[in-house]
Amino acid sequence: MSEPLVDISHVTCGYGDTAAIRDIDLQLQAGTFTGIVGPSGSGKTTLLRAIAGRIPVAHGRISMAPGTRLSYVPQVESVDWNFPVTVGECVLMARETSRLLPWATPEEKRQVGQTLERLGLAGLQGRHIRELSGGQQQRVFLARALLRRPQLVLLDEPTSGLDVKTRHEILHLLGELHDDGLTIVLTTHDLNGMAAHLPHLVCLNVHVVAEGAPREVLTPDVLQHTYGASMDVLDHGGMPVVVDAYTGAALRSAS
Amino acid sequence: MIDAFLTPFSFEFFRNGLIVATVAGALCGLIGVYVVLRGMSYIGHGLSHAIFGGFAASSLVGINVLLGAGLWGFAAALAINTVTRRRPIGADAAIGVITTASFALGLALFALFGGSGGSFDALLFGSILGVAPLDVLLTGLTLLGAIVVFVVRYRAIAFVTFDAEVAEVSGVRVQRLESLLMLVLATSILVTMKILGVTLIAATLVIPPTVARMMTNSFSRMLVYSTAIGAACGMVGMITSYHLDVQSGPTIVLTGALLFGIAYAITGANGLRRAARLDHHEAVPVRGPVTPSAEAAAR
Repeated sequence: MSEPLVDISHVTCGYGDTAAIRDIDLQLQAGTFTGIVGPSGSGKTTLLRAIAGRIPVAHGRISMAPGTRLSYVPQVESVDWNFPVTVGECVLMARETSRLLPWATPEEKRQVGQTLERLGLAGLQGRHIRELSGGQQQRVFLARALLRRPQLVLLDEPTSGLDVKTRHEILHLLGELHDDGLTIVLTTHDLNGMAAHLPHLVCLNVHVVAEGAPREVLTPDVLQHTYGASMDVLDHGGMPVVVDAYTGAALRSAS
Repeated sequence: MIDAFLTPFSFEFFRNGLIVATVAGALCGLIGVYVVLRGMSYIGHGLSHAIFGGFAASSLVGINVLLGAGLWGFAAALAINTVTRRRPIGADAAIGVITTASFALGLALFALFGGSGGSFDALLFGSILGVAPLDVLLTGLTLLGAIVVFVVRYRAIAFVTFDAEVAEVSGVRVQRLESLLMLVLATSILVTMKILGVTLIAATLVIPPTVARMMTNSFSRMLVYSTAIGAACGMVGMITSYHLDVQSGPTIVLTGALLFGIAYAITGANGLRRAARLDHHEAVPVRGPVTPSAEAAAR
């Protein structure tokens, strides 16, 4: 196997004296699409921020392949939606420039237009970010991340607060970007969405409980250790579907 | 009537004052956008008080007052910025603690060792009609420097002001840029304090960007509008002050307040809502596509 894009070796870190994640050992290969799942407070966001270099590592080491360009998409809940910024301005602000003048070059305008069009945001450049739907808002920040032409994109809860259809659209879009060779790591609470769209999952609860393909890690035992709750896993056309234990029992008895 | 209007322009002191009031208004309007969007509206008031302490200390020690007070103000601005980013306490508390302590030190030093009464009063209340050619030059150079910083580093400034954490991950050297902006801010306050006085600087930093925010949803346009509004307030306020025989500082601030009222009348509740949230950097929860769309539709 080739050198990993991100090598997380026995990492412990957190806030103050409290370790939010402990002894994390993960290798993220280039071109992989990984979902980090776990309950609230399990350290998902902390792990992402540690990979992004935003939290000092107390123990262990995180190393990245030389020259890796990284983009980070924050939770939409952390965004100041009243900030005076249009879609076009928001996307362009991440584009580094060595020019002395700030306005976009024709090439940059073309790239912004292409990126927005690919993400279904064509024609919205002049709109304020608050005037968009939840899915569009998420895609604006994804567009900002993509404009940097990264090798690795970290997304914190990209499906949070979205309806089922929009959630599916976002995950489908990320799947397409992954097919183009982008390495993606995201955190989520949406277990079934992950099972349907992602090839690789990490179950996290302060430490790594399990990692692997959804069919391998989404088992009642792993979920019990990750969430501390009884869950059932049904098979739907070869795809695991996670339900709570009562629903699972009811469905099994009905069938 | 036209003759009466043009009369003050024949006086050199008025022309100097008018130029400096206009340039200082534009300068404060420009840097005020960063100040207000970072939720540090009180910093102008606080830093001018802090610089007062630096003025007292440097005049007693015998070093160049502008340099000493400038360095003092820059150090205070950096301290405020650092405390605010690390978030052990809020920006308002950080500004309150650091700047009032500095102001109190200045008062204590003046009380203990004495000071020039004229300079003391000028710093507290401003002396826009006693503007020296050097003040015109310094204010103009500072505006030029601020414009260069905002033009050359525009994207990074927008990114850092909007989302410092993601900006840092994206390769922007946030701390260095914020230090540069704090230097511009401290210098702006230093060169305009003598003209507007400690008590009026805050208004010139806050009113123009607030009015500009009510007029636009774009960061770049807000910078342009705020600079223009600041310049207009300085110019109109200065001319008004001559004809009404009222001090220039209050007329400049009242001109800004009048513009605020006009902007509110034109933009209505939407404009006021945008401006009212300028200091609210906590997240506005987005629960799904329905709420923002409904708001957009309502507009």
